[in-house]
Amino acid sequence: MSKDEKIVSSSWVLLFFAWLISIIATLGSLFFSEVMEFPPCTLCWYQRIMMYPLVLILFVGLFPLDKTVFRYATPLVVVGFFFAVYHNLLHFKIIPESASPCSQGVACSTKYIDIFGFITIPMLSFVSFSVITILLYIIKNKEEKN
Amino acid sequence: MSNQLRIVAFTAISLVIIFFVGSYAYKSYKNSEIKKMAREDKTLFEREYSYSVGSKDAKVHIVEFFDPACETCAAFHPFIKDIMKKNEGKIRLTYRYAPYHQGSDYVVKILEAARKQGKFMETLEMMFATQKYWASHHNPNPKLLWQFLPRLGLDVDKLAQDMQDPKLDKIIAQDLNDAKKLGVTKTPSYFVNTKPLQTFGYEPLKKLIYSEL
Repeated sequence: MSKDEKIVSSSWVLLFFAWLISIIATLGSLFFSEVMEFPPCTLCWYQRIMMYPLVLILFVGLFPLDKTVFRYATPLVVVGFFFAVYHNLLHFKIIPESASPCSQGVACSTKYIDIFGFITIPMLSFVSFSVITILLYIIKNKEEKN
Repeated sequence: MSNQLRIVAFTAISLVIIFFVGSYAYKSYKNSEIKKMAREDKTLFEREYSYSVGSKDAKVHIVEFFDPACETCAAFHPFIKDIMKKNEGKIRLTYRYAPYHQGSDYVVKILEAARKQGKFMETLEMMFATQKYWASHHNPNPKLLWQFLPRLGLDVDKLAQDMQDPKLDKIIAQDLNDAKKLGVTKTPSYFVNTKPLQTFGYEPLKKLIYSEL
């Protein structure tokens, strides 16, 4: 019994961290747009659409711990992940801006912050989506083994 | 279980508090930066070429960063005009360009060229009045402005020629640069005696102006 409980609680901790990342990403992106007043570009919006619901969905999965959280959280995370990848490719100029869907408003290649030459807002988004994906995948594997 | 709930609730509340404290800290930091810059460099607010209305030694100096295609700028124009009329001689208004809309720099050039013919205000008011027509969201087309220009008594050929002046590009670039330094990201943005308008709206702006009068 104690072994089973341990597995449950370690999954809970992993899911908690996934939720923590999503809420930090959400508040962080709101800080950039509402407080620092960086207008979000189109691609940022698509990533936001995928990230913001995770705060609530992962929260629901935490109480009580829902072992099937992978099933319904992953679609959001994966779509967000691909937008983040695309956005980063734009920033690193691997894809030219003209091939991007942001002809009006703010160009998606605009860099608002650039710390150490590689920490940009899309990079933060990419890391967040990646880590959440990995955490959810670990939880899924754990539960399957059970 | 309740321990877990406590952890999550504590984390969420802490993060939200950090968010608000951070916002406050960031805003006050920005304000002190602007004040410092204003003290060091008055030209950020007004360049030699900047167009102003009102008497030179007015007590209150409003600096407005605007875009001719911006709807809110058009809506605020009569509001400020009215306040200036009620306090004649006490307020000076300087116009700075922040052409954030697509094609707005072209419109600014028309405006600057019209200024050479002494018709800045007439042209600006015409632009605001016909804005829905040439700056529609679906299909902005500043070229539609040309049909209105002769009605103001402007020499259109001279206007077209003056618009080519490379000086105008420099003016726009300088204004955009100053806007960036002053933290302007939206139009219209107001500074009253170098104090930025914190909360946007008619009443807050009125209050800020009257507090300086």
